Amino acid sequence: MNRRVLLIEDEPNITEAIRFLLSREGWQVQTHADGADAVDVITAAAPDLLILDVMLPGKSGMDILKELRALDGMQDLPVLMLTARGQARDRDMAEKAGVSRFMTKPFSNAEVLTAVRDLHAQASRP
Amino acid sequence: MASLNVLILVCLGYVVFLFGVAFASDRLAATGRIRWLRSPLIYTLSLSIYCTAWTFYGAVGYAARSGLEFVTIYLGPTLVMIGWWWGLRKLVRVGRSQRVTSIADLISSRFGKSNVLAICVTVLAVIAVTPYIALQLQSITLSFSIFAEGDPDGFYREGSSAFWVAAGLAVFAILFGTRNLDANERHHGVVTAIAIEAVVKLVALLAVGAFVVWGIGGGIEPMLQRIDQSEIGAWTIDKSRWATITFLAAAAFVCLPRMFQVMVVENDDERHLRTAAWAFPLYLLLMSLFVVPIAVVGLDLMPEGANPDLFVLTIPLAQGEGGLAMLAFLGGFSSATSMVIVAAMALSTMVSNHIVMPIWLYSQGGGASVSGDVRNIVLFSRRVSIAVIMGLGYFYFRFTGGGALASIGLIAFAGIAQILPALVGGLFWRGATRTGALVGLSIGFLLWLYTLLLPGIGSGLLSESVMTNGLFGWHWLRPDALFGITGLDPTVHSVMWSLSLNTVAFCFVSLLSFPSPLERLQGAQFVNVFDHSAGPRGWTGSVAQSEDLMIMSQRILGAREAQEFFHTEALQQGGRGVLPDPTPAFLERLERELGGSVGAAAAHAMIGQIVGGSSVSVQDLLAVADESAQLMEYSSQLEAKSSELSRTARKLQEANEKLTQISLQKDAFLSQVSHELRTPMTSIRAFSEILRDTDGLLPEDKTHYATIIHDEALRLTRLLDDLLDLSVLESGQVSLNLRDGRLDAVLDRALDSALAGSTRKLLVKRQKSTERIALRSDLDRLGQVFINLIANAQKYCDARHPILTISVHDVGGQVVVDFIDNGSGIPAEAQSMVFEKFARVSSEKAGGAGLGLAICREIMQRLGGNVTYLAGQGGAGFRVSLATNQEMAAE
Repeated sequence: MNRRVLLIEDEPNITEAIRFLLSREGWQVQTHADGADAVDVITAAAPDLLILDVMLPGKSGMDILKELRALDGMQDLPVLMLTARGQARDRDMAEKAGVSRFMTKPFSNAEVLTAVRDLHAQASRP
Repeated sequence: MASLNVLILVCLGYVVFLFGVAFASDRLAATGRIRWLRSPLIYTLSLSIYCTAWTFYGAVGYAARSGLEFVTIYLGPTLVMIGWWWGLRKLVRVGRSQRVTSIADLISSRFGKSNVLAICVTVLAVIAVTPYIALQLQSITLSFSIFAEGDPDGFYREGSSAFWVAAGLAVFAILFGTRNLDANERHHGVVTAIAIEAVVKLVALLAVGAFVVWGIGGGIEPMLQRIDQSEIGAWTIDKSRWATITFLAAAAFVCLPRMFQVMVVENDDERHLRTAAWAFPLYLLLMSLFVVPIAVVGLDLMPEGANPDLFVLTIPLAQGEGGLAMLAFLGGFSSATSMVIVAAMALSTMVSNHIVMPIWLYSQGGGASVSGDVRNIVLFSRRVSIAVIMGLGYFYFRFTGGGALASIGLIAFAGIAQILPALVGGLFWRGATRTGALVGLSIGFLLWLYTLLLPGIGSGLLSESVMTNGLFGWHWLRPDALFGITGLDPTVHSVMWSLSLNTVAFCFVSLLSFPSPLERLQGAQFVNVFDHSAGPRGWTGSVAQSEDLMIMSQRILGAREAQEFFHTEALQQGGRGVLPDPTPAFLERLERELGGSVGAAAAHAMIGQIVGGSSVSVQDLLAVADESAQLMEYSSQLEAKSSELSRTARKLQEANEKLTQISLQKDAFLSQVSHELRTPMTSIRAFSEILRDTDGLLPEDKTHYATIIHDEALRLTRLLDDLLDLSVLESGQVSLNLRDGRLDAVLDRALDSALAGSTRKLLVKRQKSTERIALRSDLDRLGQVFINLIANAQKYCDARHPILTISVHDVGGQVVVDFIDNGSGIPAEAQSMVFEKFARVSSEKAGGAGLGLAICREIMQRLGGNVTYLAGQGGAGFRVSLATNQEMAAE
């Protein structure tokens, strides 16, 4: 089965690192760097997993997530949120918005991989 | 003939009797049964201290020497009493409403409570009255000597008798004049004793007169014939002397300290003046009735060279009438003692109040605390003053030996009359001022001293050359012929000059000088005394309404407190009801009670309005106004304080808001810094883990990932550098390195630095000719700003062939350097944000942390210029304005 992940991140180097990691795990990685049209891109792509940065140009990750969760068929999409602003307040906001997993930059590669595996396992369970 | 010893015994007995009368009167006054002591008769009789031994003995001598002129001495007071009683009433009213203690006090009080003036009047009075006291001592001593001649066995000695008389009078004056300190300065005992003495001297003189007319002269008809035949009837009248002496007697009657004492200070009731206005002239008439007959008979009967001053005594003695002689002696004794006692009392009050007490208070370091001690000190100083005044009189008598009685009396009158202009002016002319009074009084006093007192009493006091050639040898300064006017009687001459110059100076200086506020106030109170005071100050509660007082007190003290206070007072009065009678004592306590709440003056005025016993005086109103002013000032101070408080509160709130805002900004900034640091670190960590954990990476991939790690590490370093730079610039701790340089050189270096190693081609257009400008600034910092702007153009200019145009202009005397590229520029909504920290406009990452322009702005502020965004240039435009004088405002 072809697992697809959509990464929305404006830092090219981070995008490249995650793409490298997940590709080796067998994921098909699609990337997008802008927040403004992110919701459309996500709906169109309909990925198995979404990795979302918070500080994006155009629209913040938090707003994207809120809009996404309001859409039909998007309530159950596993979303891993990455942020460089690791304050407790941000974590609370993210959970309210309906995040599946929240991670603070800089992260270890192993953490990301574990999180992706867990989320996918949960989602694929009937 | 009565022996001297009997005479002395009679004298002592008489004195003891007077003591008894005075003592009993004081006791009666103390117990409140003083109605008969306050009769107009007593008042009128007490005025008779005007008739001293000079009048008793001296009038006959005067008549014997100068004929009818003696009448002037009686004429003056009579004219005053009949023709000027309204003036006296004003004087009495003023004296009582102002609670004056002496004529010096009155003058001082009128002219702004000036103590200098009081001292002047006191000194003048002491100098003028001392010879007069000596005169009384002399008369008593002389009368003793008459008896001593007929009784060689008696223990009479010339010198000692005067001393003992003086001492005895001093003791009497001290005992009754200074027994206690009464606020009203009234001495009922002394006044009663004086009234009795007045009766004694009148009876004595009438008895001697009757004896002379009917016992010797054989009835009225023969007596009149005898007078017609005598020289006295033939003597002509010197008009100027008559007018002068009548005037002097009138003035002295008003101004003499002892007259002021009995007439004003001891006055119990203004209405007594009405009685006195006719009764006292009558008394004077009786006193003068037999003067001429006695003089005529004396001149006839007595041997050549006999002293006519003593005819009253010597005629009965010569006729063998021992009892009558004794009565005559007692009459003369009464005249002398009453005058001396009252004069000593009046003078001692003045000396003590205006000279001794001020000195004592000053020596106490200004602490004028009115404690119980002060009473004793006042009494003590008065007693000492009495003793000193009597001592002065005694020594004057001993050293001058005394001249003719009448001449000393006239000299004293002329001296005392110098007070008249200030007194009358003060009572009737509001324009009279302290300076005027002082100058007038001084001039009059000096002229009197020079023209009358010194030449008159001590022949040795003015040298012969001064008398004949004038002071300093100036002829027009001769004491008896001032300004070359000769041929006048010395008394007339002196009175004319001293009083007229006194009056002129008083009026003239008053017109020229400005009175102090207190003087104006006192002047108004004196001149308009009948408008201000319906009666004496102090509470007489006969018409007071206790209920009204209660209502008012409740408003001020509160209902319960006021009721309690009134109830307690009522109980103390005998408890006949809930409300106390408005006795003066109660009203005084109530005033104090109210004063604690509303201030003394307001309390006084309030009670005054209800009680009505005394109308609200100008002084009361002024005091109320003063207190209100203080209250208003106090409340305005409170208001100012409260507005200051609210201002402070507002400032605090503002500061708090600012702090909160700063704190929020700081949080946001830290959050931003955290983000900017974490982002490169994320890449570094991810790729370093990939390099570590991934086997079989291609060499070119390894190189690529290592390059990413390297670049991100550089980005971190740049970020940290910028942050440090910014924090130094913002905290103002930057030290500038000012140097002289040229703008084109700075731009050259900046371009080299910014474009070095750049892969992207940026075309820079310059006009070097305009850049040759000398400047003094921190050239490295300025260069840093230029580098930033050039690098930004290089990074963000989105034109296909990016061009940066650098141009230098002079805008209003200020050198500006514009950096304009040909890109799409910065969107309008973001233009205001570009200089904020971490503000990134473009979504493209160019490796900057968003601090560059913020740093530029800080640098240019430090350098005294600024950097702004130039809108509407097509591409992005920035303008750097250098400091106005191309010099950095030194930090």
